[in-house]
Amino acid sequence: MKIKNYHSWGRYPYPKSLDQKVRPLFSQDQIDLSVSKNETLLPYGNGRSYGDSCLNNGGTLIHTRGLNQFIEFDSEKGILKCEAGVLISEVIDLILPSGWFLMATPGTRFVTIGGAIANDVHGKNHHKAGTFGCHVLGFELMRSDGQKLFCSKDKNKGLFLSTIGGLGLTGLITWAKFSLLRVESALMDVETISFKNLDEFFHISKSSDESYDYTVAWIDSLAKGSEIGRGVFKRANHSLSASLSQSKPKRMSIPINPPFSLVNKSSLKIFNFLYQWNSSRKKGRNSENIIPFFYPLDSIQNWNNIYGQKGFLQYQCVIPMKNAKRVIREILERISISQQGSFLAVLKVFGNIKSPGMLSFPRPGVTLALDFPNKGDKLFKLLHELDQIVISSEGAIYPAKDARMSSETFYASFPELKEFSTFIDPIFSSSFWRRVEGDQI
Amino acid sequence: MKKIIVIGATSTIAEATCRLFAAEGDMLYLVGRNEAILKEISEDLKLRGANAIKYQVQDLNSISKHNEIFDKATQFMGDIDLIFIAHGTLPNQSECEKSVEKTINEFSTNAISVISLLTHASNILEAYSKGMIVVISSVAGDRGRESNYIYGSAKGAVSIFLEGLRGRLEKKGVKVITIKPGFVDTKMTNGIDKNFLWSSPEKVAKGIKVAVDNEKDIVYLPGYWKYIMYIVKLIPGFIFKKLSL
Repeated sequence: MKIKNYHSWGRYPYPKSLDQKVRPLFSQDQIDLSVSKNETLLPYGNGRSYGDSCLNNGGTLIHTRGLNQFIEFDSEKGILKCEAGVLISEVIDLILPSGWFLMATPGTRFVTIGGAIANDVHGKNHHKAGTFGCHVLGFELMRSDGQKLFCSKDKNKGLFLSTIGGLGLTGLITWAKFSLLRVESALMDVETISFKNLDEFFHISKSSDESYDYTVAWIDSLAKGSEIGRGVFKRANHSLSASLSQSKPKRMSIPINPPFSLVNKSSLKIFNFLYQWNSSRKKGRNSENIIPFFYPLDSIQNWNNIYGQKGFLQYQCVIPMKNAKRVIREILERISISQQGSFLAVLKVFGNIKSPGMLSFPRPGVTLALDFPNKGDKLFKLLHELDQIVISSEGAIYPAKDARMSSETFYASFPELKEFSTFIDPIFSSSFWRRVEGDQI
Repeated sequence: MKKIIVIGATSTIAEATCRLFAAEGDMLYLVGRNEAILKEISEDLKLRGANAIKYQVQDLNSISKHNEIFDKATQFMGDIDLIFIAHGTLPNQSECEKSVEKTINEFSTNAISVISLLTHASNILEAYSKGMIVVISSVAGDRGRESNYIYGSAKGAVSIFLEGLRGRLEKKGVKVITIKPGFVDTKMTNGIDKNFLWSSPEKVAKGIKVAVDNEKDIVYLPGYWKYIMYIVKLIPGFIFKKLSL
């Protein structure tokens, strides 16, 4: 079956350029991973990866969204067992009313649990809680030979550690069990502080890490000269006021994909100005609902459409702490000079909790993420230059956001790649993997 | 809290609708063919808030067993508020064309078994003088298409049966709702190429819930199918037969 709308969130590679078969799953008991000659498989959850790690051009996608049943919820201990196609939003709907939340969550709640594991996602509390994978107690992995293997720290450990962050290449996760975070409230106590430059950012971040569970900063990627790195810092804790009821979040939508990008220099200037203005209005302490705090962009359905038919690329790197100040400044300067940056760049200091996955992206240091409208060669050249800076400072690029890094950059980012590759299922593959695999393994 | 019998509970649309019932704390009695899947669905619905839940494994082509379904459900829940009939199969039309047996089987699953269940259901609710019957028919039952007329004629029979039943039962305080989904991406339609006219089972489920809450008669889901079918029904037969639809 061919369906055209199985693309990635960045809409690059272009949806029209893709030729993929789709095999939807409906029940754990009826999964068929048999293939015809030369056919390859890749699990596809909800398509929130930005680049080509969730695509399998020329092959088959196993659409996991239909595996969306809850299996067990221990509301005393805070442990949930559910199928891999369940969305984080569905998990929240189930667990929040009884006082639980995710231990770690990415910036959108429309990812599947399988996707959260396969990309070992992280959130604003990385410095306190590590990645999503840190809280996975176990999962069932189905391999193409039909075996269903329970994987945990104690059982099938190699497959456990390679599947977390393993980009769907080690087999199909059918269900997973993970621990949850106790919360008293559906509100967050948030403090917003604006900062003038990178030094101030590092200072605020350092003084916040201890007493705030969540820290993140948005910076203006258009700022120049001494203002480079100016932005807004948000730090927050779960509120202790006992109120677990949440108001239904409002959602607007960008229903069409315009032929050109609505993000350009002038619209950006206006947006960044409004953002600064709005943040300065909210400066200081206030209380926010849990959903808009964690998932601000989820309130605009299909926001990726604003970049038009050429789509966009997201760039996320991490730089080890020892080089961070200098390198982040250098990267921001390059972006500022290129005048290609978009909206707000996100800056966050990762903590020291080790991610379990062999291919997990987060590691101690500073991570920077930003969107770029797809301007073709000009952009690819800039990003390649940024890669060089990142790699020479022992940093890494995040595969879940990537659509174009070189094989060399990928190898330099993930020292455990060689070991990882021994766990790949022989018939699983992805557009991303074929692009970066190279011949060094 | 409503007490609901769901027949064909492992169908994708039925499961999605049951989640909405469960979220309101309804009591559910599920009927389907596959025990493993019924068990998984029950566990899931319990977690999603179903007040109480039980399932029965039953091939619905065994028409003589239909009365048992209602007996057991009533034993479990007491008086029933809503009977939701959602089972169906999508025949392979070209195979059916060559086989009387296959054609009759498909017609039996999609029409005869539904009519049998409806006969039991209507007598039970008529005696209560309250309650609701909700049946998933199809837009395919509005017109006989060359490519899918076995399924279409079965669904058409169900739609017309329901229309008559509605007249009979409404006077007794029992509501009869006909659901006519368009193309829905489900287990049943797996393998068919999908385009922009297709919608998700979740969306259709929401529509069913709204129809139940607002006690509608006939509901096309999503709503735009009402207009599509309005136009399709206007096409004169001498043209329709040439369209190869």
